Amino acid sequence: MKLNELTISELRRFLDNREIKPREVLDDIHGRIDAVEDKVKSYITITKDAAYEMAKDAEQAILDNKASLLTGIPVAVKDNMCTKDILTTCASKILHNFKPPYESTVTTRLKEQGYILTGKTNLDEFAMGSSTENSGFHTTRNPWDLERVPGGSSGGSAASVAADECIAALGSDTGGSIRQPASLCGVVGLKPTYGRVSRFGLVAFASSLDQIGPITKNVTDAAIMLNAIAGHDPKDSTSAPIDVPDFTEVLGQEIKGLKIGIPKEYFIEGMDKDVEDSVRSAIKKLESLGAIPVEISLPHTGYAVATYYILATSEASSNLARYDGVKYGFRSSSQSGKEDLLEMYMNTRSQGFGTEVKRRIMLGTYALSAGYYEAYYKKGQQVRTLIKQDFDNAFKDVDVIVTPTSPSAAFKIGEKATDPLQMYLSDIFTISVNLAGVPAISIPCGFTKDNLPVGLQIIGRHFDEESIFKLAYAYEQSTEWHLRRPSL
Amino acid sequence: MKSGIGKYEAVIGLEVHAQMLTDTKMFCGCSTRFGSEPNTQTCPVCIGMPGVLPVMNKKALEFTIKTGLAMNCKISPYSRFSRKNYFYPDLPKGYQISQYELPICEGGYIEVVVDGEVKRIGITRIHMEEDAGKNIHEGGGNYSFVDLNRAGIPLMEIVSEPDIRSPKEAAEYMKKLRTILRYLGVCDGNMEQGSLRCDANVSIRPVGQKEFGTRAEVKNINSFKFVEKALEYEIKRQIKVVEEGGRVIQETRLWDSNKGITESMRGKEEAHDYRYFPEPDLVPITAGQEWIDEIRIKLPELPDAKRKRFVSGYEIPEYDADLLTSEKAVAEWFEEAVRLGGSPKAVSNWMMGDLMRLLNEENKGIEECPLKPIQLVDMLKLIDNGTISGKIAKTVFEEMYKSGKEAGQIVKEKGLVQISDAGEIEKAIDEILTKSQREVERYKAGDEKLMGFFVGQVMKATKGKANPQMVNELLKKKLG
Repeated sequence: MKLNELTISELRRFLDNREIKPREVLDDIHGRIDAVEDKVKSYITITKDAAYEMAKDAEQAILDNKASLLTGIPVAVKDNMCTKDILTTCASKILHNFKPPYESTVTTRLKEQGYILTGKTNLDEFAMGSSTENSGFHTTRNPWDLERVPGGSSGGSAASVAADECIAALGSDTGGSIRQPASLCGVVGLKPTYGRVSRFGLVAFASSLDQIGPITKNVTDAAIMLNAIAGHDPKDSTSAPIDVPDFTEVLGQEIKGLKIGIPKEYFIEGMDKDVEDSVRSAIKKLESLGAIPVEISLPHTGYAVATYYILATSEASSNLARYDGVKYGFRSSSQSGKEDLLEMYMNTRSQGFGTEVKRRIMLGTYALSAGYYEAYYKKGQQVRTLIKQDFDNAFKDVDVIVTPTSPSAAFKIGEKATDPLQMYLSDIFTISVNLAGVPAISIPCGFTKDNLPVGLQIIGRHFDEESIFKLAYAYEQSTEWHLRRPSL
Repeated sequence: MKSGIGKYEAVIGLEVHAQMLTDTKMFCGCSTRFGSEPNTQTCPVCIGMPGVLPVMNKKALEFTIKTGLAMNCKISPYSRFSRKNYFYPDLPKGYQISQYELPICEGGYIEVVVDGEVKRIGITRIHMEEDAGKNIHEGGGNYSFVDLNRAGIPLMEIVSEPDIRSPKEAAEYMKKLRTILRYLGVCDGNMEQGSLRCDANVSIRPVGQKEFGTRAEVKNINSFKFVEKALEYEIKRQIKVVEEGGRVIQETRLWDSNKGITESMRGKEEAHDYRYFPEPDLVPITAGQEWIDEIRIKLPELPDAKRKRFVSGYEIPEYDADLLTSEKAVAEWFEEAVRLGGSPKAVSNWMMGDLMRLLNEENKGIEECPLKPIQLVDMLKLIDNGTISGKIAKTVFEEMYKSGKEAGQIVKEKGLVQISDAGEIEKAIDEILTKSQREVERYKAGDEKLMGFFVGQVMKATKGKANPQMVNELLKKKLG
């Protein structure tokens, strides 16, 4: 038995029964990293020494009967979440040397629960992308097919979970960045309700859309991880001051009579046939378990991608203004010694940011400029309200909404890299969820003929992750997709 | 047809930035203390590190609401922050968190007195924002330093309507604003240290014209005495431009206090596009009516109300009341002295005369005054009961101020008790008259001005202690 292949709940039992030690789990994780990381390239930074130190503390805690949710569990963290004194790069050259003097709230909470940090995972630069090809350092590969992308932007986190290079991981999701890579890598990924998890220490891409969530091997682990990170944080004014339930309590509850909405706008022309078949069979499976499918309409779905690329880029253009070479991170080296301030700014930002980041900064700057604000940003906000209302209306009739996570399975590296619009469309089913602020999960629901995983998206009401977990768990219990592992 | 200055009217609106006297910054817990070592009062939030988030200082909101209420504004139940985007090294995030579409206070006014006339000046809005840091250019190399201690200090921006018509009105408006802010305890009002800053929008138009002319924004007016000077210069400049057949252009101009002129900083074309949009890291501000009412109830008596009360309640002249209410602490000093039994007019005279002179000599405010109201009152009693003369009292007052001793003690130690014994005074008069035979003859011949000479001689001989009234009476009797 390889310990790195187990789930959080399995390890918890073995660790608490003192059948195994945290160090042994970590040994197997590093055995695996040594074997496959060269091929997969999930990580930007591997924190091996620090991890063994944390394993010692975890072992002591278990001996003292003070084990918490994640004591001794190796978890990978996307490299856009600040970890004190540990490199946090956002996969950008502009932060290539940045070590934050503070800890993000999510990793602080993981620490309080006794986790072991395995390292910081790769992403599209500043979480802008759907394939990790926009990483300023390297592209992560899909463990199911090394020629293919793992999705993105949390591609490193999803790949590391799929490849058993960690037990669970944290990702962040602005337009699908947890769910789409989870789908493409055959693992579970949850984007919680906006405001459920503190964003303090998450390097902002689009503040009104960003949300941190878990990427795990199964639904139970996702619930455990959410238990660990959820809850109000005085350091984040947008985190909701509401109570957090124990999300594991709903696992195993009946789904009989649960109404699941099937939005007609999500079964579109050009969707991959294998994906559609898998999702339709999944819906049948849910029906057989007692859920009631209801066809619904989310009429403004067609505007979601356009709206998203106006609002997200507008916020990004402002959020990324702080990377100016003045205070930290990369500053372009002086050529003549006579550059003025403006030249220093321009050289630093031209050289420090990658193409996609610069494209989005320019799009957002344009959308906010005088004379265009009304037509773009303001209009975008209005459409966002309509999209929210779509969900509010739908949730009057149904308890959850079920859709494909992504229109296709993992695509080839390079396939969409030169066509930003094609790349943007791979988030077509996930983006509305961020605009509406509602929670959604992606769980494995089948494979294509090429043996690539397909994901099922389950969307819930605001702060009703419990219905999502309940349905996802029931589905997972009656299928075996989540048990399949890539052969590396 | 008139030409030159008389033909034109100035239209002025002021944008005033006031640093709030909160203990901590607008969006983080750093101290706001002035004058610390560079970059020692900073944290990841106020230096704009990646991933950190702002949290609103509720005290700053309370201060702004307080100010809005004192300036007769409507307080918005729903307001929000926006980002103002521009690049500059002293602006660590690349944007300033400010308010744009939905400021917290709107539609108020304050009243100023100009040439005896009360004038109402509208307040368009008051909003909250964070201050920027400071760029420091020294060392001579091709680099500058950045100090971010000031970055994130809470500011109020108070924007007036274009209701001001002269530099003098502008100066009075600024004084009144400062007085109110200091009464409220929300800003120390120190223009030289930059805790109160003033930018002015200035235009001119022919008298009688309704439409506004093209305005120039004058920045960097960093002292009270420059408010009038800078505006006078700018108005004259614009009139000259127009009189010479030119047109005023919309631009930002900097006041140079050394040269005494305003100079163009940037034109309309180079104006920043700040790309304002709602700050997504902060939730909208909802100020409940209950809380607003609570703040309203706790408002101190404001200068206008206090002045009126002083005039009617203490029966002191308008002029006295105006001066005594210009600072809350001065008014409190006055009222304490009156409460302890001082006559209002006498207290007022001593405060506005000798006390202010002594404080000004040392550049001190009333808060640092070494003299307590009770000391003045005790001295006034010594005058009233004839122990000392008003003239001697001036010496006693100064001694009291400098040594901190009580009036009675000083009078005793220095032997300053007034001589009201007729025999003693007569004795002194006789000596003087004997010594001054020639002057006595001249006086008797009709040179009545010499009376002053005799009084002076007697006072000198008694070291100023003789009761002046008695000296006068006795002299007149003796000289027949």
